Amino acid sequence: MQINNNQLLRFTTAGSVDDGKSTLIGRLLYDSKSIFEDQLQAIEATSKRKGMETVDLALFTDGLRDEREQGITIDVAYRYFTTPKRKFIIADTPGHIQYTRNMVTGASTANAAIILIDARHGVIEQTKRHAFIASLLQIPHLIVCVNKMDLVGFAEQAFNDIVVQFEEFSSKLDVQDVRFIPISALLGDNVVNRSESMAWYQGSPLLHELETLHISSDINKIDARFAVQTVIRPQREGFIDYRGYAGRISSGIYRVGDEVVVLPSGFTSKIKSINTGEKEIEEAYAPMSIAMTLEDDIDISRGNMIVKKNNQPEMLQEFDVMMCWLNNQPARPGAKYTLMHTSNEQRAIIKEVVYKIDINTYERNSEDKNLNMNDIARIKIRAAQNIMLDPYRDNRNTGSIILIDEGTNETVAAGMVVG
Amino acid sequence: MSKYYLNYLDELESEAIYILREVWAQFQNPVILFSGGKDSIVVTHLAKKAFYPAKIPFALLHVDTGHNFPETMEFRDNLVKELGVKLLVGSVQEAIDKGRVMEERGKNASRNVLQITALLDAIESNKIDCAIGGGRRDEEKARAKERFFSHRDEFGQWDPKNQRPELWNLLNGKHFQGEHFRAFPISNWTEMDVWNYIKRENIAIPSLYFAHDREVVWRNDSWIPKSEFLKLDGREEIVTKRIRFRTLGDITITGGIESDADTLEKIVDEVATMRHTERGNRSDDKRSESSMEDRKREGYF
Repeated sequence: MQINNNQLLRFTTAGSVDDGKSTLIGRLLYDSKSIFEDQLQAIEATSKRKGMETVDLALFTDGLRDEREQGITIDVAYRYFTTPKRKFIIADTPGHIQYTRNMVTGASTANAAIILIDARHGVIEQTKRHAFIASLLQIPHLIVCVNKMDLVGFAEQAFNDIVVQFEEFSSKLDVQDVRFIPISALLGDNVVNRSESMAWYQGSPLLHELETLHISSDINKIDARFAVQTVIRPQREGFIDYRGYAGRISSGIYRVGDEVVVLPSGFTSKIKSINTGEKEIEEAYAPMSIAMTLEDDIDISRGNMIVKKNNQPEMLQEFDVMMCWLNNQPARPGAKYTLMHTSNEQRAIIKEVVYKIDINTYERNSEDKNLNMNDIARIKIRAAQNIMLDPYRDNRNTGSIILIDEGTNETVAAGMVVG
Repeated sequence: MSKYYLNYLDELESEAIYILREVWAQFQNPVILFSGGKDSIVVTHLAKKAFYPAKIPFALLHVDTGHNFPETMEFRDNLVKELGVKLLVGSVQEAIDKGRVMEERGKNASRNVLQITALLDAIESNKIDCAIGGGRRDEEKARAKERFFSHRDEFGQWDPKNQRPELWNLLNGKHFQGEHFRAFPISNWTEMDVWNYIKRENIAIPSLYFAHDREVVWRNDSWIPKSEFLKLDGREEIVTKRIRFRTLGDITITGGIESDADTLEKIVDEVATMRHTERGNRSDDKRSESSMEDRKREGYF
């Protein structure tokens, strides 16, 4: 295979074994020839030992011993496959335990989410939950796969009814791009190959959709944001005065000669050079990792942000986020947490729980102020100093935060800035 | 299509460089776990890019089983000299001599598991708070569950069911005294990606990866190289074959495959048509269905 300009697409699959999620992943990997013979032999042996007559493709997605023994997924697992058109990373998230926490994690970097619906059962609570999280995390593309079409006689009516059901409730959600595909993961209909049993379906099979989704616009190319991770000072011959500001561009485009502002100090300068490794380049864009030098010698350190004069983020000490609580220990209002945002760290407190959201009914509850694991709520945060924020809706990288418990060092919450 | 997008290899590279810079920014004394294998060589190459024009700010830590390919050792020493970095060695032989671990016995004896003690001892004695590894999620099912920043408790143990969630690009490396982290910058790379990258960047790798003639014995479905540590049973026979290695580990457990691929181009083409995983030739992973998970829980790479 040649090195080419194929893009990388990250997608998440949410659901349980019952929906046929593992079968679907197994099918995608198998039909795209991404399962190796020794892996297949291993799961054949396990299937046999468990007394199954056919090979259980679901076993392929289980990683830990407990998962194989209990037949469940405990943690996010990552799978990889490549077609001649794209490289794919699947974040396979569990449907049973800690579903919200893991789904949020898998969704945070995804370009697309696959939501599975059992054609016999239609939209259920779990579907609403998955759609809600996909919209909360602003996954740019949603693909609703109505699975097990073989069990409803490949009937167009069954499919159409589910589409209507889904659109009815999803109108309350903030989702941009939704498409529907009738499939049978077990038989392979409309997964990699077009179904012969559903001539009424005019769209593409799932893999073709994944290969052709337009993802170049998923990253914000308008608002230039560059958070400094570290300063490179080689202090060796030829580079005595070199001070390179190293980081990964969160969004937007930077060119040599651009006038920039450093936040929070507000100092201005011009970009002198941009490097990726030894190579000097004229322009750089998200999500490139670069080192940048400026014309003027100003004090810049980790946590600072280099932006353009005419397009700056908000500098706020108090702000609202939609927060997902990730830890067994409930939130302690008023307690201090470490807040991480880009490369910036601040101490922060949860000032107020504004309301909690029931992710099955989307109803708001302003009475219950307790934040437990898997809860989603709108909260007010107060940080020790100003933070350079964008609304999450505009910018997933500069609109997201996590909270770390100072007593345990664990990541306890994920927040999306409301704008 | 807009010209402002990265191809998958550039995106993987950018992600890895981001992670390496986070390690540098968040830890006091990070090192690269260097085995002389292609993955740790790629990580070292990425570190070179991440901190250019400064030199790599990490020492290399080699866990030396004493059962090495001579070619790997030579490659290691040359690279250390070229980069001007410090080399730390955790010695399995020393751990055996000190009575910290017992040598395995029998025909399939290996020092693979013994590396855990040598590694954890080296981490403790050098006060290392982050060990950067070349582990990839596509290698093995337990590794598919790894985080970029993976926490180890004060005993060096991994608790796969209680890992910190990792969201967006926010990596939490906070830890208490005595605990440490493992960082995996090329988590999202596959074997194919690694080879394509080595080819694109023209990265030097040990000659063992290229097809060559070698004396070997057929054992556990692969060609095990002849060495002073190899014990033959009566039915086994040393033959000369044209082989190459897909992964490099201990000389006692790393099996070769028959191959004529003697250039990077040919290797890339060969890997693209492989029907078996690369670790299929590693007898350390064949001991049981969860041998990797068990070793990782105790502190393995």
